[in-house]
Amino acid sequence: MPNKTEALKKGPKPERDPLVSITRRTDIPLWLGILIRAGAILIALVLCGFATKLVTGNDPISVYIKMFEGAFGTANKTWFTFHELAILLGISLAVTPAFRMKFWNIGAEGQVLIGGLAAAVCMVAFSGSSISDGLLIVIMLISSIFAGVIWGVLPAACKAIWKTNETLFTLLMNYIAMYLIDFFIEKADPSGSHTVDSNTLVRGWLPEIAGQKYLLDILLVALLTVIMFVYLNYSKHGYEISVVGESENTARYVGINVKKVIIRTMAVSGAICGIIGFLVVSGVSHSIDKNFVKGRGFTAIMVSWLAKFNPFMMVAAAFLLVFLERGSDAITTAFDMNASFSDILTGIILFFIIGCEFFINYKLRFRSKAKKEAE
Amino acid sequence: MFKKVFALVLACIMVVAALASCGGTTTAKKGLTEKDLLVADPLAKFEVKDDFKIGVICLHDENSTYDNNFIKAIKEVKTLLGLKDEQVLIKVNIAESDQCAQTARDLVEQGCKIVFADSFGHESFLLTVAKEHPEVQFCHATGTNAHLEKLDNFHNAFAAIYEGRYLAGIAAGLKLNEMIKNGKIKAEEAVIGYVGAFTYAEVISGLSSFFLGARSVCPSATMKVRFTGSWYDQSGEQEAAEALIQEKCVLISQHADSLGAPTTCEKNNVPNVSYNGSTYDAGENTFIISSAINWAPYFHYIIKQVTDGQPIATDWTGTIATGSVVLSQLNLDVAAEGTEKAIADAVAKFKAGTLHVFDTETFTVGGKKLDAAHKPGEGTDAAFADGTVIVADGYFHESEYRSAPYFDVTIDGITFLNVQF
Repeated sequence: MPNKTEALKKGPKPERDPLVSITRRTDIPLWLGILIRAGAILIALVLCGFATKLVTGNDPISVYIKMFEGAFGTANKTWFTFHELAILLGISLAVTPAFRMKFWNIGAEGQVLIGGLAAAVCMVAFSGSSISDGLLIVIMLISSIFAGVIWGVLPAACKAIWKTNETLFTLLMNYIAMYLIDFFIEKADPSGSHTVDSNTLVRGWLPEIAGQKYLLDILLVALLTVIMFVYLNYSKHGYEISVVGESENTARYVGINVKKVIIRTMAVSGAICGIIGFLVVSGVSHSIDKNFVKGRGFTAIMVSWLAKFNPFMMVAAAFLLVFLERGSDAITTAFDMNASFSDILTGIILFFIIGCEFFINYKLRFRSKAKKEAE
Repeated sequence: MFKKVFALVLACIMVVAALASCGGTTTAKKGLTEKDLLVADPLAKFEVKDDFKIGVICLHDENSTYDNNFIKAIKEVKTLLGLKDEQVLIKVNIAESDQCAQTARDLVEQGCKIVFADSFGHESFLLTVAKEHPEVQFCHATGTNAHLEKLDNFHNAFAAIYEGRYLAGIAAGLKLNEMIKNGKIKAEEAVIGYVGAFTYAEVISGLSSFFLGARSVCPSATMKVRFTGSWYDQSGEQEAAEALIQEKCVLISQHADSLGAPTTCEKNNVPNVSYNGSTYDAGENTFIISSAINWAPYFHYIIKQVTDGQPIATDWTGTIATGSVVLSQLNLDVAAEGTEKAIADAVAKFKAGTLHVFDTETFTVGGKKLDAAHKPGEGTDAAFADGTVIVADGYFHESEYRSAPYFDVTIDGITFLNVQF
């Protein structure tokens, strides 16, 4: 082994610049940020096209067309896509205040579930009563909000008072909500199906606007987006949330009641989740099963983070995810693929989108360039 | 130096391992029978219009044995009739929720003339869409509402799988007889264990027919049943099978969709009679036979009816004669001698109509025989409350007044160890 001994004789290696040095950057211009993200999506789409070509032999263009058709092919599909967008966006808005406060709430799933359950219970309980539909809807809305608030406040209060771990707590609350729905289904519909459907939930349906059952939900979430933007950026509450998120000690020093802020913020999160649950059950599906949130309580976390907690950016992030889901689902059917294939495509695209955040947050300096700069 | 020694040692290990794997088993395995024991007759080809489309909604994807059974069937018919990819739209992972209705609407928009859904809980959502689109035919497997709703375009289907279960039961009974003859167990120790999903009629009908098949050849047989409360719960089914083996069950069968029970049987070397398709790969030393519903004849039938402009039956029950009830290959290493012949004889009797699974001479409920006064229990639908007589001519008429099973009594000789589901 002559090389090694020679190297030893020479002594330690001289200090050299690393090939790439990484520095954090905060001052990226808006256009560059958008350009990097668009580039990432473009590369991801090209790669998806390759993957599809490789597996199915179909040309990539036809794949993209199918994808687009899957989301916007017909009027019904377009409405549905926008409704899915509204629901995902609504849940993302709900989790955002807590994340801004660095409260790791992964219980949105359960909070939406319990909100939907509260609405469904009211629908069954008042199905034979003589109260008007309008009053029933109000009762349902209040119950849903109340249920969502309980599911949000319980872990928050325990965190604020006893410093329990909110991540585990909120996660476990999801399961409780899920099993409560199971219990409800068994009681309300003993036939053995895994759902309570519109044959049982006959009353308390939200009215259709202009003959479109999806429209009301979409409008309400749009309104919510604006309200949340104002709440986070221009209200005292929003400011308190940011301060608590930056540093609890600072918050305490400036006289913010941290416990109160934690509990109040989670109550807001829970309430919005409850409303979303109500909208899904009463507005569109008129049925409930334990999977009606479809994991969106977790997807919402990604939306919220991708958008850097900005409600309007969330519209774009949620749109992207919903479009991908609907589109890749269409590809799966059109080309007779396994359902996992659509997950692979979504995975590729998300990899690039999340990956490109690195290039937005950090600057890469290559050695040769660094030398030039030194000269 | 170290590298060289390491490489040498590694090479030695590999050579030894390669030799060992060649040496292995010494006793020759007989393996499976050449053919499935009960197969469907080949279906007839016919011309289908180019603009015909069928949509199939599945609860899970092909990883579930239940859904795979439908996917396999529609693909078989697709190949047979030469349908193009865009004529058969399969939607997987569709929940029993509004998602089902949404998917059905979507399929109608894409031009499907038939929309089919495979899971019990899909029914009400499919029914909603059926009312919106009277021009499209909606077919639903395992459902119970078609004969109540009386719509021209909504239909239920199932198969007389209890006959298949009975045949598989014969294989189980003969295996018990073999164990008794070999002195492995005493006659009264011929206890079968059964892992069921839920206490619905579909499961009860299946386990009762299986038990009656076994007892038709092994009179001392009894059965213990554990329910898991889920159609697909690998660990739950494993635990249930494990518990049954602890309870001294010497043969296990199951009605749930995971490989939990078959793999547990293989681990404990307890013979297993399977369902929904062969599980030989999961239990080469314990798998005996499996019964299954073949849905291809139904898909074939509904496409034919729509092509000819003929109505589809409100309730359609596939039988051995239609090719809807099938048996897998028999594992000759595990099955008792003479199983093939005994099953073939019983098939002949079923075809001739001389054998009835729920013959009231062969079982009692609470010590009494069922008679015409018997009423179906809770969980069966309202239409039966009007006095439909389901026990007549000396047997319980299963799947005749609607396609979905409704035999839901606990017959003597079967013990439910847990019934909370």
